[in-house]
Amino acid sequence: MLTCKDFLNELSDYLDETIDAESRAKLETHITECPNCWVIADTTRKTIKIYKGMEPMTIPADVEGRLMRALEKKMAAKKA
Amino acid sequence: MAVDSLTSVDESQLVAQSREGDTTAFNELVRRYERKIFRLAQHITQNREDAEDVLQETFLKAYEHLDQFKGDAKFYTWIVRIAVNQALMKLRRRKTDRTVSIDETIDTGEDTVTREIAAWDEDPEQRFSRDELGGILDDAVQSLEPLYRSVFVLRDIEELSTEETAEALGLSIPAVKSRLLRARLQLREKLTRFFKRKGDDAFAYM
Repeated sequence: MLTCKDFLNELSDYLDETIDAESRAKLETHITECPNCWVIADTTRKTIKIYKGMEPMTIPADVEGRLMRALEKKMAAKKA
Repeated sequence: MAVDSLTSVDESQLVAQSREGDTTAFNELVRRYERKIFRLAQHITQNREDAEDVLQETFLKAYEHLDQFKGDAKFYTWIVRIAVNQALMKLRRRKTDRTVSIDETIDTGEDTVTREIAAWDEDPEQRFSRDELGGILDDAVQSLEPLYRSVFVLRDIEELSTEETAEALGLSIPAVKSRLLRARLQLREKLTRFFKRKGDDAFAYM
């Protein structure tokens, strides 16, 4: 019998779908019987999904400007 | 060549052109990845000034050492590795009073974070504006220990593989996996405060 602790230890691999079919079946049996682990698995899955959907923000114009000037200087130096 | 015409050019082609001294091609590579590198740098260093330094140093180093890029990995993975090294160096330098090690042993004992158990709505993030959501997500990541944070940022935000993350951070694969699990569970716990289904408090019985 799988304990909740065993389930949690396998949670990342389960959500990343990097486990074999047999282990997966055991974990799935566990979550149908354990509401707490079901909630943890579901909310962890949503946590990952929300972060993956995050768009990187635009770089502030001054930061971008300094990066481009530093690069130009480097490029000119390399060419010389 | 006009910059616009490069947007659809394949990455390896841009790298090859950059190596031959085509600065426009290299600028296109910068344009593609600068936002992600800046975000990663901000997440790891937690400091805007350091993040800006890391951004610059990453692309300057990449340009300087372009001949060392083998082409067997993705260009993006290669610059992420440079950025992570620069960011971790900043972090260590800034926290001289406190040792920050990403190699610290982790206690994977009983305190695995599962204190708050409450169901979330489907797509709970839609209750918040884009800015509010960004603030919530950033604060949660910021509150993680650096050793968890770096792994989470690379695996789940920048979407590197476990192997690439291990290589970038100089960690073993099991270390990446255990840190990732802890980071995910800690974030889940923190976000539950914002995302739990309304009126579902009674369900948090564990």
